[in-house]
Amino acid sequence: MDLGQINPLLLLASLMVAATPILLAAIGEAVVEKSGVLNLGVEGMMITGAVVGFAIGVNTGSPAVGFVAAAAAGAALSMLFGVLVLYLMSNQVATGLGLTLFGLGLSSLIGKPYEGMKAPSMAKWDIPVLGDIPVLGPILFRHDPMVYVSLIIVAVTWYVLTRTRAGLILRGVGENHDAAHALGYKVVRVRLLAIAFGGACAGLGGAYVSLVRVPQWVEGMTAGAGWIALAIVVFASWRPWRVLLGAYLFGGITVLQLNLQAAGAAIPVEILAMSPYVVTILVLVVISLRGNHGAPGSLGRIFHATH
Amino acid sequence: MTGDTRHQNALLTLEGMTKAYPGVVANDQVSFSILPGEVHALLGENGAGKSTLVKMIYGLVKPDAGHMTLRGENFAPVNPAAARASGVTMVFQHFSLFDALSVAENISLGMDNPPERRALSARIREVSQAYGLPLDPGRTVGDLSAGERQRVEIIRCLLQDPKLLIMDEPTSVLTPQEVDILFETLRKLTAEGTAILYISHKLEEIRSLCEHATVLRLGKVVDTCDPREKSARQLAEMMVGDTLHVPFREAAEPGPVALSMSGVSMKSPTEFGTDLRNISLEVRKGEVLGVGGVAGNGQDELLAVLSGESRAQNGTITLAGTDIGAMPPNARRARGLLTAPEERLGHSAAPDMSLTENALLTGAVREKLVNRGFLRWHRTKDFARKIITEFDVRTPGPDNAAGSLSGGNLQKFVIGREVLQRPDVLVVNQPTWGVDASAAAAIRQSLLDLAQNGAAVVVISQDLDELMEISDRFTALNEGRLADPVPTQGLDVETIGLMMGGGETESAA
Repeated sequence: MDLGQINPLLLLASLMVAATPILLAAIGEAVVEKSGVLNLGVEGMMITGAVVGFAIGVNTGSPAVGFVAAAAAGAALSMLFGVLVLYLMSNQVATGLGLTLFGLGLSSLIGKPYEGMKAPSMAKWDIPVLGDIPVLGPILFRHDPMVYVSLIIVAVTWYVLTRTRAGLILRGVGENHDAAHALGYKVVRVRLLAIAFGGACAGLGGAYVSLVRVPQWVEGMTAGAGWIALAIVVFASWRPWRVLLGAYLFGGITVLQLNLQAAGAAIPVEILAMSPYVVTILVLVVISLRGNHGAPGSLGRIFHATH
Repeated sequence: MTGDTRHQNALLTLEGMTKAYPGVVANDQVSFSILPGEVHALLGENGAGKSTLVKMIYGLVKPDAGHMTLRGENFAPVNPAAARASGVTMVFQHFSLFDALSVAENISLGMDNPPERRALSARIREVSQAYGLPLDPGRTVGDLSAGERQRVEIIRCLLQDPKLLIMDEPTSVLTPQEVDILFETLRKLTAEGTAILYISHKLEEIRSLCEHATVLRLGKVVDTCDPREKSARQLAEMMVGDTLHVPFREAAEPGPVALSMSGVSMKSPTEFGTDLRNISLEVRKGEVLGVGGVAGNGQDELLAVLSGESRAQNGTITLAGTDIGAMPPNARRARGLLTAPEERLGHSAAPDMSLTENALLTGAVREKLVNRGFLRWHRTKDFARKIITEFDVRTPGPDNAAGSLSGGNLQKFVIGREVLQRPDVLVVNQPTWGVDASAAAAIRQSLLDLAQNGAAVVVISQDLDELMEISDRFTALNEGRLADPVPTQGLDVETIGLMMGGGETESAA
């Protein structure tokens, strides 16, 4: 084994790339859950975003248009969930699982003609001056724009949730939907918007996998990233900056174990491959042991407007 | 004051307010007026249409017919925000608060144009001091006591400079001392010209606070009166439209000890629960022991440790001489200790299951409804029918889901289910919570009859009037500790307040 092969700079740089899809999906889901809705369809919305983003990207030759289309596709799919759950009062868990299965099937149908194609490449931003800083430059400032977009989304989400009235209303709706209704807030509308935001973010996350990370279309290519995103939301106690931490932790271990595999570490490949999941579960368990996890009070409960 | 002058000087006038839901007319041509600076009581049994009426005033429900005038202008709020903008605010029966948010955030959510954060916190401090309701804007609401939580609701209303404050059952979770503070605040408000529309089941409170009362029955205004000139009993009879049966039993000497607990301490199984601390009590046959106290002081935990949902150590609880401390619920039931918890839906009854199935759930052991693992449906259905007839449960039949019954009817069913199993000891928590006067009287009478026939009854309740009415001895839970029981006869409010506040133990020692 030659650990010298692992370049810590490259490792840290690729960590951000590896974590971005999960980060995008998780920050969207955090907002959805803060509004009191549990959408287990993240995986389905991601894979749909991946295939739509890829198809549009290939056809227009522009990854940016692909990302916009992916966000729209994710949001559209989430609206299906929103209508079922908010208007037809269906069970959120079952509907979310159904959405994942639906998304997986739909994406392989749409994606058939695109198998084996290569995505239009996305130029990396070589931010002048900042990118030339030694050590920090290559780690932080030489990525594609989506990495920065994802960070901006996290920052904006944090600001809106904690500092604005809209965020306060959203948290209120998620904490106690009956009280929010009694005060005259539109519970269903707030939740529908939150679900659409979550869907759009999941779509972006999926498109990041197919357009940047891989970059080609393979059936089922999100490979459970949506589930990891769901777990990270809980692990992060529904807080945006902790979501970032969790996603980068998971991304970091994923990249590290791939590097260790490549370096021929004397650890069985199976153990390395499972390590990101095991570490995430362990962290989850440790955090859960501490009692109050700050779950929104109305999370997963069906809202009936009673008069 | 005659009707006409009331009308002319009115702050809010309702005329012909009507609202129908499928199968029921909630409000039928309701008309009355509220004067500025008046405390106006709205009286009526459960289902009389009080809630629907105030929701129409607050803009939560759109009336089918009728119209309202506020200070001489047409008033038809399309939503609560519009009502608040016109100066109508409301304090809800079940607090409309957000546990995970801070006091300031909660108040901000109830306002339409809240000032920015720091200014709001300053305003909260200022107003809460002015009205004698101190409140820290930075605290998380989930950590507050019931009394403090209500302060949050009231301050939220006061910050909007209300002309009319609607209060739906505001005192149901308060200690007598907290009720006094609340009433003082309300009097201060009325002196400033704010009108208060006050809904409560507690008739003594209405008599001491309100100047005018409108009585609703089955959605119609049936009477108006000055409650200060009526007795509580007269008011209750106006609501029911019938003479009210007052629970009664003949005095009897209590028998031998039926149930005793000695030094039971237990950590609460739930996160926000209260731990029980060194609880000792004795209940004799033929006696009703009343356990008072503000919600969240260990009531649920006390019931759980008696029902067997939580187990105590061996030797700490004895039932007629047998040690039952570590026994599970069914073994306790077999020996004659039955319980009825507070939460009707989901704890004492399964809402989606039929009444027959619910009858089976606790009756299986004592009524022999199970034979070698097989259910005896006929016997079970007969048992359910018996409960329905003997306890006057209004339902089409035993096949209806428990959740389809109104609160009062379901409560009669779950109490009846235990009473008809002829318990030796019955423990009930909040037996008449949210139940109207006539159903409550029936439930109380059944508990008294049970004691008369030699059973020991423990009634845990937050309704002091109820405990005074039916119990022989009174004690109170405070932070998981039980005060020394005292005879109910001649007990004054001060002593009760001290017991509920935990002061009694010191003075007794």
